[in-house]
Amino acid sequence: MAPYLSISLNEPPLSAQADIKRLTTCSTKFLTEKKTNMYAFPTNKPVTVTSGGLPPILVFRLLSDEWLLVLSTKFTVISPSSPLSTSARAALVSAAYNRVDTDLLNQYPSLRCIVSSGAGVNHINLEECQRRGVQVANVGETHSINVADYAVGLLLDVMRRITMSDQYVRNGLWVTQGDYPLGSKLGGKRVGIVGLGSIGSAIAKRLKAFGCQISYLSRKPKPNVNYKFIPNIYDLATESNILVVSCSLTKETHHIINEQVLQALGKEGIIINIARGAHIDETELVQSLVKGEIRGAGLDVYENEPNIPKELIEMENVVLTPHQAVFTPESMGEVIQICIANFEAFFAGKPLVTPVVAD
Amino acid sequence: MDKIGVLVTHKPLPYLEQELTRRGCRLFRLWESPESRRLEFCRENSSEIRAIVGNSNFGADAATIDALPKLEIVASFSVGLDKVDLPKCKERGIRVTNTPDVLTDDVADLAIGLTISVMRRIPSADKYARSGAWKKGEYTLTTRFSGKRVGILGLGRIGLAIAKRAEAFDCPISYYSRSEKPHPNYTYYSTPIDLASNCDILVVACALTEETRHIVNRAVIDALGPKGVLINIGRGPHVDEPELVAALVEGRLGGAGLDVFDNEPHVPEELFALDNVVLVPHVASATIETRTAMADLVLGNLEAHFLKKPLLTAVV
Repeated sequence: MAPYLSISLNEPPLSAQADIKRLTTCSTKFLTEKKTNMYAFPTNKPVTVTSGGLPPILVFRLLSDEWLLVLSTKFTVISPSSPLSTSARAALVSAAYNRVDTDLLNQYPSLRCIVSSGAGVNHINLEECQRRGVQVANVGETHSINVADYAVGLLLDVMRRITMSDQYVRNGLWVTQGDYPLGSKLGGKRVGIVGLGSIGSAIAKRLKAFGCQISYLSRKPKPNVNYKFIPNIYDLATESNILVVSCSLTKETHHIINEQVLQALGKEGIIINIARGAHIDETELVQSLVKGEIRGAGLDVYENEPNIPKELIEMENVVLTPHQAVFTPESMGEVIQICIANFEAFFAGKPLVTPVVAD
Repeated sequence: MDKIGVLVTHKPLPYLEQELTRRGCRLFRLWESPESRRLEFCRENSSEIRAIVGNSNFGADAATIDALPKLEIVASFSVGLDKVDLPKCKERGIRVTNTPDVLTDDVADLAIGLTISVMRRIPSADKYARSGAWKKGEYTLTTRFSGKRVGILGLGRIGLAIAKRAEAFDCPISYYSRSEKPHPNYTYYSTPIDLASNCDILVVACALTEETRHIVNRAVIDALGPKGVLINIGRGPHVDEPELVAALVEGRLGGAGLDVFDNEPHVPEELFALDNVVLVPHVASATIETRTAMADLVLGNLEAHFLKKPLLTAVV
């Protein structure tokens, strides 16, 4: 099997990617469902405890055998079933399978460091961790860049009808029906970014170069930022031609894009979602598009993946991608290195490299 | 512009057609004649035709100019003038105008849009999502755009606008042009092959002339290589199209985003099955905002000429 780290443009090792996706996708199910068998350790290989005293890390679920090999060069990898697990001070978790909540923290009371192999942290109770003195790290911005690129790609596709006109060409229609209908200019448009974290900032930086005017919504204004801060979502939608959703999913941001916001965005409005399906009231979004109350959408995430509402599938003014924004081979290689760097910092008593704090 | 005869070579933007008519022009619609009858059509109406509104597909070639003894001005609805016989116009004292600047942003936007589409395979992923295949398995990993080396053939207005956008993605920028330009942040290469050897994404953004025809040939394609991506928002003849198709089909070139082709609207069908290729129907300036601005320039140039005022964007 070709190792996932060496994927090139034309080689798709599907089995590895299925693992990667399962492990680091956090769908909305995890907000409501309690996982019962979260701590499965899938590899059949016996976990070897290396001599020489490499620091032990508790690993709930391995991405692949490659992870085991690479981690074992620096650490002693312990599975949840091992008797050593309850004295482990550091753990590697994944958003798709682990809920770092009070139960887990009670079960492994020695934990003082949690490293999550993705970007989102909505599966981690940050306040509880902070209360117990447990440091938390994610993998920082390596994925943010991919997501920002994809957001811009989706937006350009919707505005300039790239996917649809590509289909038009391939169906032979340029020859028989003439020119494709005109698209819409991106330059000068007002973009409202919902959430100016590492992904939102990267998107803003990119769109500024296209001549867009950027405003943003976040809980408080960000210092040292040249974009206009707008404190509520309705005003942001009213003022913008384009909304980009790039905040984390919390109780407050669930369905932050609802019917009123879509109406405020208006007939010429476009919405891009590369965050979580649950950020948008999908039923309302579909209705708005069906009735022409907004102009178009670029979506990488949905409320019930991998299902996509059939009304969207029939539309030409939307671009629909299957939760692809996050991963590229370039960032996958970086993820392991960043996790290792965080564990090494913890064991050396130094600050974590990519810490996450409750705010 | 009362009663001035204007030969329109292509089906125009409705706004342009309305405005020309409103200002009193008599329109002669060349595109409505079959190709074999077009010169005949010109001769039949030559006593009236004093202006041509051309575009990137049909401008004013030598034969057409010869058929129109009263022709005074060619106002092209495009920035590229490869379809206008410029020496002949100069010789006859015919003015030529184009539509620079107003389309620079849209063309640069499309170049980047095509690049991301090719590298992240957005059209192919969209097809995958709509087909229901997602329920059975994940789509493939696609390669990152940010940070890749972008090489630009031609650092004019459009080339610079592309560079500015690519810089926001932290892409190192390099370029080829006839002479080095004062841009210390961009690396200059004195040949297209050197440029192609040292970049991941090669963008064609120069004018089409005798010298730049097939500037992207077999050797340049080989230098770009199996991980390289070609983006063409220039003209079809910039690229040796059969060589390009062979390289893509055989996997010797990593991918391509193409807005222009040798024989539009015909696109080589061997490309239709490839998902590392994005094909769009010459849409780089095709937004309602830009086409309206281009129409205004055409109208402005025509009016200026017939009112004997200085032209807005004359090339000849």
